[in-house]
Amino acid sequence: MEAAELAGLIGVGLAAGLAGGLIGVGGGVLFVPGLVLFLSLGQLDAQATSLLAVVLVGAVGAWRQAGYGNLRLRDGIVIGVLSPLGVLAGTATANVVSERSLALSFAAVQLIFAYRLARRAIEDKGKADAPSGVANG
Amino acid sequence: MSSRLARLAVIATAAGAFSGLFGVGGGTIIVPLLILWLGYEEREATGTSLAAIVGIAALGAAAHGAYGNVHVEKALLIALPGAAGVVAGTALQQRIPERAVSGVFSVVLVASAVALVL
Repeated sequence: MEAAELAGLIGVGLAAGLAGGLIGVGGGVLFVPGLVLFLSLGQLDAQATSLLAVVLVGAVGAWRQAGYGNLRLRDGIVIGVLSPLGVLAGTATANVVSERSLALSFAAVQLIFAYRLARRAIEDKGKADAPSGVANG
Repeated sequence: MSSRLARLAVIATAAGAFSGLFGVGGGTIIVPLLILWLGYEEREATGTSLAAIVGIAALGAAAHGAYGNVHVEKALLIALPGAAGVVAGTALQQRIPERAVSGVFSVVLVASAVALVL
C-alpha cells in the first residue's frame, strides 16, 4: 500500500469515528467511500466491509459512553435485536413501492426531525448547558 | 407489550428498514426518535444508538459474510483509526452543551435528506 493511501485511510477512519462519537452514528457514510477510494473495493464489498468496521467503532463508542454514564444498554439491545424486522419490512415494502418514493419519504422524515431538533437546540438552550454529569445529576 | 417496548420496536423497525434499503447505519433514525419520542437526553440517545448499531451492523456483516463480501483485514485497517476517532468524539461530546448535539444533528439530517433526494 502507498503511504498516501494509508494516510487517506487513517484520515477517513478518524473523521468517521470522531463524527460517530459526537452524534451517535456508526460512520458507515464515510467508511464506504474510504474503502472504495483507498482500498479499491467495489461498492457491495465496501458496504459489507464497512458494516464490520461499524461493529468495532460502535462497540468502542458504546463502551466509552457507558463509562460516561450515557448508555441505556437494555434499550440498545432491544433495538439491535428487533432491527431485522425492519430489514424484512423494508425489503417487502421495496417490492411494492418504488425506491424513489421510499427515498423521498425518508428524506421528508429526516427534514421533520431536523426541524424539531433545531428548535430544541435553540429553545431549550438554557436548560442543558452544563457539562456531562452535572446536567443529569 | 408495554407502550415503551412498542416504541422501541418501531424505532428498531424504522432503523432496520433504513439501513437495509440504503446501505447505511440506522443512527440518523435512532437518535432523533430516542430524543423526540422517548424523552432521552442527547448524550444518552447517542450512547444508546451506538450500542444498537453494533447489533444492526453485526447482523448485516454476518449476512454479507456468508456471501464472502466482507474483507476482515481491510475492515480493521479503517476501523482502528475509527476506534481512535470515536474515543475522541465521545470525549469531545462530554465537553459541549447537550443541546449543541441536537443542533449538529439537525445539520447532518438536512445533508442526509439532500443526499437521499439527489
